[in-house]
Order: sequence, then structure tokens, then C-alpha cells
Amino acid sequence: MSAGMRRAPEVLAPALLVLGTALLGLAVSTALQSYFLNTLVDVSIVVALSVFVGNSGVVSFGQISFVALGVWTAGVLTVPVAEKPAIMPGLAHFLRSATVGNVPSLLLAALAGLVFALLVGLPLMRLSGLAAGIATFAVLEITNNVLRYDNAIGPGLNAFSSVPQTTGIWQAAIGALICIALAYAYQRSRHGRMLRATREDAAAASATGISVYRQRLVAFAISGGLAGFAGGLYVHLLPIEIDSLYLDLTFLTLAMLVVGGSGSLLGAVVGTLAVGGLDSFLSAAENGIDVLGWHIDLPTGTSLIVVGVLMAAVLILRPGGLTGGREFTLPRRRQPERAAPEPAG
Amino acid sequence: MVIAILNITWQTLADALALGGVYALMAVGIGLVFGVLRLVNFAYGQLIMAGAYALAFASQWDLPNWAGILFCFVVVLALTMAMDRLVFRPLRTQSPVVMLVATFAVAFLLQSIALLAFGSLGKTASSLAPLNQPWYIRGVAVRKIAIVAIVVAAGCLALLQLLLTRTSVGLQMRAASMDFHTARILGVRANRVIGGAVLISGLLAAVVSVMLTVQNPLVTPTFALNDTIVVLAGVVLGGLNRPISATLGGFTIGFATGILGGALPTNQSQYLPTILFLAVILVLLVRPNGLFARGGGAMERV
Repeated sequence: MSAGMRRAPEVLAPALLVLGTALLGLAVSTALQSYFLNTLVDVSIVVALSVFVGNSGVVSFGQISFVALGVWTAGVLTVPVAEKPAIMPGLAHFLRSATVGNVPSLLLAALAGLVFALLVGLPLMRLSGLAAGIATFAVLEITNNVLRYDNAIGPGLNAFSSVPQTTGIWQAAIGALICIALAYAYQRSRHGRMLRATREDAAAASATGISVYRQRLVAFAISGGLAGFAGGLYVHLLPIEIDSLYLDLTFLTLAMLVVGGSGSLLGAVVGTLAVGGLDSFLSAAENGIDVLGWHIDLPTGTSLIVVGVLMAAVLILRPGGLTGGREFTLPRRRQPERAAPEPAG
Repeated sequence: MVIAILNITWQTLADALALGGVYALMAVGIGLVFGVLRLVNFAYGQLIMAGAYALAFASQWDLPNWAGILFCFVVVLALTMAMDRLVFRPLRTQSPVVMLVATFAVAFLLQSIALLAFGSLGKTASSLAPLNQPWYIRGVAVRKIAIVAIVVAAGCLALLQLLLTRTSVGLQMRAASMDFHTARILGVRANRVIGGAVLISGLLAAVVSVMLTVQNPLVTPTFALNDTIVVLAGVVLGGLNRPISATLGGFTIGFATGILGGALPTNQSQYLPTILFLAVILVLLVRPNGLFARGGGAMERV
């Protein structure tokens, strides 16, 4: 078995999980399908988040601002020209007549996220620890504040209605697969390896000549690009508004990453599917559903409570997350010699 | 901008000082716990929110004001102790960033519990409303709560300063926040110091929730959430290494918010968060350890 073949399950496992979710989503009713769509888009967001947070070990509360920028870019550029004045009355002149198709809008959203993350990262990646955490929080606050009130670049407080809803199961799944593939490619590249080295021991990594600043910046920019792309997928899914791109989504995506295990790509996907599935089930139950003959009707707000408890519990009891931060590997045929001996019968 | 500076009225100045005072108290509450536990408590605002709900219920049950305030203190302190026991203690050995994310989760948890239990419309705490009326000092109208807040904040900070510098437990707390490990070796009892810091931080949260509820009687699940975010930025801005620099950071950001909020015209004041957080980022870039931090600071020692 070549090294490449042995490595294949690492990227195939998360990809198959996404495909399985997509196929399941095709089989269920239209009402249920929206939950699958949401979760698949969340996979893209969380994978984007994990490119930076997972590989660098630095927490960022700011990644949702790149998602928001992607939403704005793809949204503003795909609302039909005739409908723009109704939704975005204050839109700047050069944006009024600009429209692009579905795929270009996604690419431009990714580009917007990438450029913005690069610009933000240039100064911010010099910080580390708590200062970095608070500074990325500041980025989220600023982005949210500007998008909320600046009517020249978007709908402000209005929802992005009339954006073509092109994100069906396939677009959501293919988008997530692209994010996973790019994230994996980055993780296996020398940049990814260098960044992971700084995560394990920043001082030792610097001593071997790795620039912590530059590696973090690269990951931050890639993460921003993927987040912008995910934002593009998101705005093509439902009429989104600025309030849903703020603290709640930041919390939910961080919870997904932490629950799955921030150290690995598999963790990001498993965490998203687990938390997304649970959250979807509980949200559905808040409206009342029947499961196996039982009628369940939970009060509104239950899902956030359960997710909050789950996240706190995982952080306290199993800080590595469900996957322990490891990628998926097939069991070797011969047991490694250092493996613990089986306890005698 | 010149006109904006001239626009500052006495009311704005008093409000800004009051907000600075309230934020300074929150900053101390966050800074003290950080000092001994290396934990940034994102859920601090939810303690204040719980206190505000206590006041709202007290006013709904027509309790006298002293009983309402007492109830508020009891609720906040009980919640603080529960948080310490259930969340802070198991997390003591984790890195500051993991603890920050965990308290982020706790904050959301408490917020959703409030949403579930009390609904999103909010409750009104009206019994303390008379404090929101103006006092006329030589023809200048200033709301009573602004003056009360300034006095209470100054009093609390003075008491705290006495506690930290003149008592044995204060000395131990300061020692623990400089170097917890060495302090323990020298005989500082960890649980006592941590318990003390958490208790004081809870007391301050209760004081803050009374003052914020007077100013904003409508209590919703997101009560004090924005204040907490701003104070957290202020605390990091000031420097988390010493309680005094955190306090100054909290006061500075509160005062700046108050002045800018009062002086900017409406079409600019909606961008107040942008101005504020841009300033925070700029300061962090120039002084990553904080504006009022002393010494070289937080570079990792190998």
C-alpha cells in the first residue's frame, strides 16, 4: 500500500459522510430537506473555520464576518436588476446594474472573503492568545455594524429576498466537498504542516525557521476565502438577513467545531453533522413532530439549550472533541508492536 | 468633529462618567477572576441579566425596593457560585482560549434558558424607575441614576482597592494573579483566593445589574450582552495582567462610548461600534499587552 493510498481514508471519510447526508436529504420530504440543506452549508462554514482554528490552535470569533461578506457579495450580484431598488433602495450606482450568474457569484464571494481576510489578517495575525481572540471579535462587530447600516453596499436590515435559490442538495453537497478537498489539500501542504507545527509548539517551530505570522496569515486568508464561498452558498439557499450572521451563528459553528474536535477535518465534519442533526431534530420538535408513534412538542429555545449544554460538556469532559482531533484511518492489518496487549480472557 | 465636541452637554458628560463607572465595575469583576483563574468570563453579562430578571420579578410581585435588591444579590451570587462549581473548577487546567470558548457556551446556555423561561418580549422592572428622573443642579438637569452610579462605582472601587492592598486575602489575591504557582508554594490557599475573587466578581455583577436595570428597565434575554462585549474589549484594551489596568480599560471604553454616543449625530452614532472596535484593534496592534499594562509582559517564556 503506498503512502497516498493509506492517506486516502482521511479525506474520503468526511467526503462520504457529506455524500451520505446529501443522499439521505434527497430521500426525505421537502419540509425535512431544508434541515439537510442548512446542515450541508454549515459543513462548508465549519470546514472553513477549521482551516484556521484547527490548524493554528488560535480561536477566531471573526470568521462569520467573512461568511457575511460572501453573503453580501453573492446576494447583491444575483438579485435581478428589476428587483434591486425594492430590496436595496440605497445601493451604490455601480452595483445597481451589475449581475452575474450562480457560479461566478460563488467565486466572487470566495474572492471577497479571501481578500478581506488577507487585509484583516495582515495586521491581526501578529497577535496571539486572548488579544487575537478579542481582535477577531472586534472584526465581527465592525463587519456586522457596517453591513447592518450601510445601505450603499447591500440591503442593510432587509432580508436578501429574490436571490435565485440555486443551492439545492447537489450544490450544497458539491460546495461542501470542494471545501473539504481544499482544506485537506492545504492541511497536507507544507504550509499546513508548518502551521500545525506552530500549533504544537510555537517556540520550537520558530526555532526551526517557520514564520508563525506568515503561516497563520496564509491559513487565515484561505479560511476567509472558503468562508466567503460558504456565504455565497448560504444566500442562494434562503432569504438571509444580517441578524442571522452574528453571534448565534458564531456560537453554533464554534460549537460544531469544538464538539467534533477542532484538531482534524473529520472532527469539523462529524461535529457539524452531529450538532446540525441534533439541532435540526430539536428545532423540528419545537414545532411538534411524531417519532415512532410518540408526539414530541418541545418549547421554543430548547435546541440552543441542548447545544449549549453539549458544547460545555464536551469542553469540560473531552476537550479533544468526539474525534479526539484525529483523522480517520483504516485499522492496519498487522497490529503495531507498541499496541497494548489484549487483557487475558 | 469640532462641532461634535462642542455638543457635549452636562447630561452627556454625567452619563459618560456613569457608564465608565459601571463598565469599570464590570471590568473589575472580569479582571479579578481572570487574575486568579486565567479565565475570561464571557458569561459575565448573563449574571447581570439574571440579576435584572430578579429585579423585574421583584417589581412584578410588588416587593419593596430593599427586598428586590436583596433578591437580585441572592440570585446573582447563587448563579455565580454555581458557575464556579460546575464550569470554572473543571476547566481550571485548560488553556485560556478553551475556557473563553466554554464560557461563551455558558453565556448562550443561560441566554436560551432565559428565552425559554421568560420569553423574548422581556419584562419591565419599574419599581426603581424614579431614579431615572433628573435632578436639577444649578439649572442643569442630570439624571439621578448617573450620579448614583458614579458614587456607587467610586465607592466600590475604593473599597476594593482597600481590600486588595490592606488585607491579607487581598494581598494573596494579588500575589495569585501575578504568579499563581509560586503563590501556592508560598502558602496561599488556592480555593480561598479563587472563591474570594469569584464572590467579589458576583457581588459586582449584582451591583451592575441594579444600575443597568434602572437605566434600561426592559429586561430581555440579551440584556447586558452588548455591554459585556464592549467591556471585554475594554478589559483586554486596558491590560488583563493587573486588576487596576483592566479597571482603567473598562472605564475608558465606557467613557468613550458615553461621550461618542451623546455627541455624535444620529447618522454617525449608529457606527459607534465600528469606531470603538477599530480603536480597540489599533490599540491592540500597538500595545498587545494593553494600554495600561506595566512591563514587558505576556510573551511566552520558554
